[in-house]
Amino acid sequence: MTAPAAAKTALKEKFPQVIDRPSADHDAVNVPMGDVVAALKYLRDEHAFDLLMDLTAIDWAEGASPRFTVVYHLFSSVNLGYIRVATDCASNDEPTAPSVVDLWPAANWHERECYDLLGVKFIAHPDLRRILMWDGYPYHPLRKDFPLAGIEVPLPDDEISAATGVAAIAVPMMGGPFVASPGEMNLTEAEPRAKDESWSDRAARPDQTALKQLKS
Amino acid sequence: MATEISIPDSDAKYSDVEEYGSEKMDLSMGPSHPSTHGVLRLQLQIDGEIVTKCDPVVGYLHRGDEKIAENMTYNQFVPYTDRLDYLAPLANNMAYAIAVEKLANLEVPPRCQAIRVITAEMARISSHMMGLGAFGLDVGAWTVLVLSLNQREFLYKLFEELTGARFTTSYTRIGGVTRDIPDGWLGNVEKFCDQFVPALEEILSLLTRNKIFHDRTVGVGIISKEDALAYGLTGPNLRGSGVPLDLRKDKPYSGYEQYEFDVPVGTKGDSYDRYLVRGEEMRQSVRIIRQVIKTMPAGDWFAKDAVKIFAPRKEKVLTSMEELINNFMITTEGPQMPPGEVYFEAENPKGILGFYVVSKGGGVPWRLKIRSPSFCNLSIVPKICTGILISDVVAILGSFDFVMGECDR
Repeated sequence: MTAPAAAKTALKEKFPQVIDRPSADHDAVNVPMGDVVAALKYLRDEHAFDLLMDLTAIDWAEGASPRFTVVYHLFSSVNLGYIRVATDCASNDEPTAPSVVDLWPAANWHERECYDLLGVKFIAHPDLRRILMWDGYPYHPLRKDFPLAGIEVPLPDDEISAATGVAAIAVPMMGGPFVASPGEMNLTEAEPRAKDESWSDRAARPDQTALKQLKS
Repeated sequence: MATEISIPDSDAKYSDVEEYGSEKMDLSMGPSHPSTHGVLRLQLQIDGEIVTKCDPVVGYLHRGDEKIAENMTYNQFVPYTDRLDYLAPLANNMAYAIAVEKLANLEVPPRCQAIRVITAEMARISSHMMGLGAFGLDVGAWTVLVLSLNQREFLYKLFEELTGARFTTSYTRIGGVTRDIPDGWLGNVEKFCDQFVPALEEILSLLTRNKIFHDRTVGVGIISKEDALAYGLTGPNLRGSGVPLDLRKDKPYSGYEQYEFDVPVGTKGDSYDRYLVRGEEMRQSVRIIRQVIKTMPAGDWFAKDAVKIFAPRKEKVLTSMEELINNFMITTEGPQMPPGEVYFEAENPKGILGFYVVSKGGGVPWRLKIRSPSFCNLSIVPKICTGILISDVVAILGSFDFVMGECDR
């Protein structure tokens, strides 16, 4: 038996609620949220899974229950094997999970990213700020209900412009011919090619309503 | 009259400032700073020249690659992987392709594997060349950059010959590569290796025993073995700290087990050790490339049984109805994958690049998580960049060799 498989068997003996997770590649287990820190600590200390390779969450779409699953990938630099530990978040609206920063400092940035993009709050995380999006951004963009084209939000430096009196200018390409339109619309309409680009500096932009009538 | 001088304590709070007679200053280093290699911003708190607090701010190059991946087919995502670590696109292409092939339970023929290994090792040389050049530049050695960019130019010529593009190659496809190697290309690679080996020694000799380089790097930014593992460091940064973890050796993929090479490790874990590890890795890459050329297997360069995954050849599309339909389906609906999840990691120049693909079946991934080495490597910066001089921060960042395209995704 390989080392990860042995670790999995031992883990299931120690934590009776741990069950197998279907997997085609590495050994994988489903752990109840309450046991996850203890189980990960056990794997780290007793089975030499010393590297937290990856920590992420999956959004199983709005309406699914459980909606969020947090997934850990551990690697052992001694036994050279992977194990996947997955745990479902109890709440679908306000997903939370315990932080494992105490076990692996590597989890710090991973958990911040997971909170930033998917909105899973990690309890007892020392510094749970956004990491990829800017502070004060209102959405969690990797959630399935967030549109690909994005939602327009005020520029983050509005406060700065108010304080300094210097105007914030949008990025040069915003609204330009090769940029997808923001806002809630279907992807075909948001695509750059959906825009009418027959106008230029020399020819005035045709009236959109007139154009539509012309087509119909 | 003697005055008592007190040295400010690095944990001093703002309220202590008057007492010590010193003043702490907040300094934003980056996002546009020559030593931050892209758009990393370090929010520093400094006391004179000593950094008392360092908070890296990442995300300036965030493009939402994971969100984009959920909205396009597996094949369409290949060009996006070029733009992760844009200094070694061929290695990214390969890691992504192998991850999806694992999901599809697909084996690629030996020739395809060998081609991928040779391109990945060339990408490693190209990436390390840039890393060394930029590191040298950061600590004041200009010549290294000029010489290493010259070598990279030779590599780009070879990449262009093979893939049609110099920088963003998009060479690998799921189930194969875009085209077979052209006639005489392996000979050109051999020629490149022949001139590269002495050139590499010349480049390294400019730094290895350089007094100024020693002063800037030896003993600077020491990372212990335990810290390196705990923070999830990978690649040369982990090996520089003395952990001999190299997935090419430890979890061989794409036929790496057939080739003989050594895994260099450092002893102290300082910036100089990380530099030495990179230098030695390039010598080993040349060794691997030579072995691949010698043993290049004949045969197919794409998986024959990947009918619903790998787009058929153009001449077949134009002559056969079946293949035309296949091509249409692969292009519009994407390669059909079984439901399941797979996690694959490859040893990239910057460290371990992982892809976690969750599929619900069909041609579009449900979730694609990219575990990027630069992101994980940078997470140790707040720890090691505290209590040191600002100029050492520059040397440490140089020795880390990160790339923000991959960190921010």
